[in-house]
Amino acid sequence: MGMALLEVRDLAVSFRRKGEEPTAAVDGISFDVHPGQTVGLVGESGCGKSVTSLAIMGLLPQRGNQVTGSVRFEGTELLGLSQKAMDERRGRDLGMVFQDPLSSLNPVIPVGLQVAEVLQRHRGRSRKEAMAESAELLDRVGIPDPTRRIDEYPHQLSGGMRQRALIAIALACRPRLLIADEPTTALDVTIQAQILKLLSEMVTGTDTALIMITHDLGVVAGLCDEVNVMYGGRIVERAKRHELFAEPRHPYTAGLLASIPRLDAPRGEKLVPIRGSVADNIPWTHACAFAPRCPNALDRCVEVTPELVDDRGGMLRCHNPVEPALRAGAEEVRA
Amino acid sequence: MASARATKIDRLAGLAVRSPDDQDPDGAGPDSGLSLAASAWRRLRRNPVFIVGAVVIGLFLILAVLAPLIAPHDPGLRLLEDQVSRARNEIPPAQPGHPMGGDQFGRDFFSRMLLGSQQTLMVAVLATVIGLGGGLVLGTLAGAFGGWVDTLVMRIVDVMLSIPSLLLAVSIGALFSQQTQFTVILAVAIVQIPIFARLLRGTMLGVRESDHVLAARALGVKGRSIVFRHILPNSLGPVIVQSTLVLAIAILDAAALSFLGLGAADDATPEWGQMLGNAQDFFDSQPHLAIWPAACIVVVALGFTLVGESMREALDPRQRR
Repeated sequence: MGMALLEVRDLAVSFRRKGEEPTAAVDGISFDVHPGQTVGLVGESGCGKSVTSLAIMGLLPQRGNQVTGSVRFEGTELLGLSQKAMDERRGRDLGMVFQDPLSSLNPVIPVGLQVAEVLQRHRGRSRKEAMAESAELLDRVGIPDPTRRIDEYPHQLSGGMRQRALIAIALACRPRLLIADEPTTALDVTIQAQILKLLSEMVTGTDTALIMITHDLGVVAGLCDEVNVMYGGRIVERAKRHELFAEPRHPYTAGLLASIPRLDAPRGEKLVPIRGSVADNIPWTHACAFAPRCPNALDRCVEVTPELVDDRGGMLRCHNPVEPALRAGAEEVRA
Repeated sequence: MASARATKIDRLAGLAVRSPDDQDPDGAGPDSGLSLAASAWRRLRRNPVFIVGAVVIGLFLILAVLAPLIAPHDPGLRLLEDQVSRARNEIPPAQPGHPMGGDQFGRDFFSRMLLGSQQTLMVAVLATVIGLGGGLVLGTLAGAFGGWVDTLVMRIVDVMLSIPSLLLAVSIGALFSQQTQFTVILAVAIVQIPIFARLLRGTMLGVRESDHVLAARALGVKGRSIVFRHILPNSLGPVIVQSTLVLAIAILDAAALSFLGLGAADDATPEWGQMLGNAQDFFDSQPHLAIWPAACIVVVALGFTLVGESMREALDPRQRR
């Protein structure tokens, strides 16, 4: 596999507020991303996915938070870099696609100019060259009639086209790593599929690695090589895509999978939600944060913190994982 | 091509320092480029409040431009001096060649009214431009740097805002040993600077946290470009609206200063506020000397206010469709 492009080690982010205990948003996560690989970060709202991505990009607010651990990109430690040095890398080596394409584009600047801006900034192109190149880029991400579109403003484009434009901007300088933070959440289902296809097309065949942040397991199924499931700021399970879907080991992963509506399920069958909400979390210090919501919880789960250990080719943080047979049995009971 | 786009951005940024009725007509088409300005313009065109205000301002602008051509006499010449008798409170009445008669020095009142529009509009526009310029600089400093620069600028602004605006303008006007039209403009402008600065700083702080600024930072865009291309142009809306309202305030403030005797010492160039001030001695016998300039001041100020209010409605993002 060679050297990893991005090595995240024990990354922790906590937000401090005056007179209060710091809140740990991300609580020591580690993962690697290799060139050309697509890695998923999955979890529900508030589990620390987006904070992780902002920490990697160095975009967290300068005050009020504490970032520890290490983020090495091609061997360079990113966390210690000055904002100026990070500015050189952001957009050139590290690209990012955000969730809401309309609010992520500057409303008063034509789209083409926003693509050109990155090229001018990092590639030293003149305005004219950059504009020609931005038309090509927009064409490559599948925006029809790009020479006309470069003069249009974001509000004149459709949602799908805006997201395509954002992807064009993020990929303009051919970054080595692209972070997509819920890139399809704000889009129609039909457009979602197109955008995912586009992302995978842009990434496969190049060395560009992709970190896909999502709460949507369908996205993961279609795109990711390796999946990290996060809960309460920590990784609870890591597996290859197929293993994760065939044999989820962590009760949380199993719950996520069970809560997806299925077309082949009989009509009238109830959805199986994960009981409780993220608000029921307990701190990781002496327990498993998921224990209050876990169907498999043991006494040990609220006394000892489970460690992330190797498990069947992946990693798992659980005292009482789901056994394949057990799961099959559970499904029979449900049927 | 590229320069055309650059002009578009400049034009948008430049909207702030323009009077509202020279809006570019090619920004008006339903599908032409200007996003915010174009859609606002579409709604403005149908708003009767805006049309009334724009017509009023337009008429006064035309009057001001054509004043030297229309005015039948030199406003500084005491042509009817022989008809003036201060002792008997006699002032030249309307007569052939002098449709409004003369003022207390025997100068042609009609010509003075016409040329007064020039001074009044010039004071309003220059004071607004200077106030806007100063406010943009201070507001951008505070909004872009934050931290102690922000604190320092905003404390100065707070101090200036804590003094009633007219009182502040009078104090500044009185600082100058010799009052001219320029000192009036400066006094009125300085009073407006903190209002613009605070407004711009507030909007910039909001825009600074917006998604597209985060996205621009994620692309490694330099701080200077972030401020001047991404934050500032998106923060100008409220400032543009405020500037049209300030045009009205500036007219009133300038008139007040002239009325109080802090205007130009040389009254050969007429100004409505000053004419109003001069007329107060004759108000009981010759009310028209006060009524005409007062009415003009009120109507022009009202015109700018109507335009400003309708622009605020049109630019309000919550009302965009």
